[in-house]
Amino acid sequence: MGHDKQFTDAPKLDAGMADKAFKIAAAVGAVGILASVGLAFSGDEAKHQFFFSWLTAFMWCLTIGLGALFFIIIHHLTRATWSASTRRIAENVAINLPLMAILFIPIAIGLHDLYHWSHEEAVANDPILKWKAGYLNAPFFFVRAAVYFAVWGGLAWFFRSNSVKQDESGDEALSFKMRRLAPVGILTFALSATFAAFDWTMSLDPHWFSTMFGVYTFAGGVVSWFAFGILAIAWLQKSGALKHTITTGNRHDFGKLMFGFIVFWAYVTFSQYYLIWYANIPEETAWFAHRSVEGWSNIGALIIIGHFIVPFWVLLSRHVKRFPLSLNLAAVWMLLMHFVDLYFVIMPTLHHHGLHFHVLDLTTLLGVGGVFVAAFAFRFKKDAAVAHKDPQLLASMRYDNA
Amino acid sequence: MADKKRNWGVVAQFANPADLLHAAQKAREAGYKKFEVYSPFPVHGMDDAMGLPGSKVPWISLMGGLTGMTIGLTLQWWTGAVDYPLVIGGKPLFAWEFGLPVTFELSVLLASFGTVFGMFALNKLPKPYHPLDKVPMFKGVTDDKFFMSIEVADPMFDLHKSQAFLEEIGGTNVTVVEE
Repeated sequence: MGHDKQFTDAPKLDAGMADKAFKIAAAVGAVGILASVGLAFSGDEAKHQFFFSWLTAFMWCLTIGLGALFFIIIHHLTRATWSASTRRIAENVAINLPLMAILFIPIAIGLHDLYHWSHEEAVANDPILKWKAGYLNAPFFFVRAAVYFAVWGGLAWFFRSNSVKQDESGDEALSFKMRRLAPVGILTFALSATFAAFDWTMSLDPHWFSTMFGVYTFAGGVVSWFAFGILAIAWLQKSGALKHTITTGNRHDFGKLMFGFIVFWAYVTFSQYYLIWYANIPEETAWFAHRSVEGWSNIGALIIIGHFIVPFWVLLSRHVKRFPLSLNLAAVWMLLMHFVDLYFVIMPTLHHHGLHFHVLDLTTLLGVGGVFVAAFAFRFKKDAAVAHKDPQLLASMRYDNA
Repeated sequence: MADKKRNWGVVAQFANPADLLHAAQKAREAGYKKFEVYSPFPVHGMDDAMGLPGSKVPWISLMGGLTGMTIGLTLQWWTGAVDYPLVIGGKPLFAWEFGLPVTFELSVLLASFGTVFGMFALNKLPKPYHPLDKVPMFKGVTDDKFFMSIEVADPMFDLHKSQAFLEEIGGTNVTVVEE
């Protein structure tokens, strides 16, 4: 079955289609950022809100990028064949990670608005924060951020540039080279992603701690990466690219992995909650207590139902995963749910008394998300949309997981 | 049954997995229903080539999982809150939070049982005897030989025509198998 398959598609996406997507996303991003910055200057309350909304949108895009980087590293680490046809999509998402360093600037500016531990007078009167000051202090915070971006940017650049180089030469030595870095890559990735989650979202409530927080953020990010990847495949194929290269079997696998990581996310999320619920120690339960007030408790229920129970039953079906429309809808839903999940982590720090939507939540999302998608689409203008000289590509195309 | 034994079917050997795959495709196209292929390892694309319908095992797994879920929840609720209420560690008599790990584990356990035993049942395993066991060349199926059989029970079966058909699609050592 399909053993006679050949690579017949054009390796590149039509330049006009790539440019169109780039321009639309860039326009949305520019309008979103301008509107957000404009609103931020409208008053003190809005300025405060701006930083929190920006952080939510930033984390949303960042975790998608980290999920893509994870996908690339795992591909090389396990010498996978099935993902050869879709790896370029992940490479084009992960290469946005250096860009996230620029989008980090507002968070650096808003350090005092976002992070209670950054106020010296607050730390001076707080024995717990005083004790944590060796780690939670502004200079070390920025040094760590620089290290994270260097690690992610370096890995994303290394894997993408070697993969693009292979597009010309087809040299298998490049595959070996990437495979050799994968074990180091996965270790540095795991540590940096964990500590980034600690620094940027967990430390919003500096008294609270959970060792599972890193893997919780990571799990949501991987789900979102697969959702993003599914939509990227839909976009590429709708634009006439890779119609025979990325098969139903490949899309089915994206659906299966999204499903798998939804279950993993639920497992981790519940485990984090369960231990805190069972031990019932005030310094740990406080985080959930803040999120159990009127309004936030509804969002919590929405996350349990919308991020796990409903997608679990829907994506259990093979037909849902193989039929493009249903898989794409599920992907859109999961991206939305990941945003709600991050909103539930970040926003109660600002609005302790209950849910309080702000127009900045939307404008920052459009701004950061637009820039992220525009940068992603831009990558398809110059280089091939698939690693078309990867020695494993044909094996990947034959794979139909019947 | 002391008298003459009845025929079970015919079997032929094939050189490699690719030949076996093509043979299966041709047998399906010729309209055979009760034919089977034998290989030391799974052959990719064989399900499609043979025209096998989707497996029923997932439904058995699902039933197993749901049974486990129901048992897990009722067990904890009934023993903890109804039959022998006892406050432990200041926790409620029953709460979904502590109920979930046991419920999850029992769902997974019974879903796995459903998968494994469902697969056994659908394959009619264990099967201590099979007519093909009597064919000496068939021993190689656990090592490096590939076979295809057509059963008498197939409506299209005809002792001479089916033997000729197996040869025609590339089979060698065509043998009649008794029950």
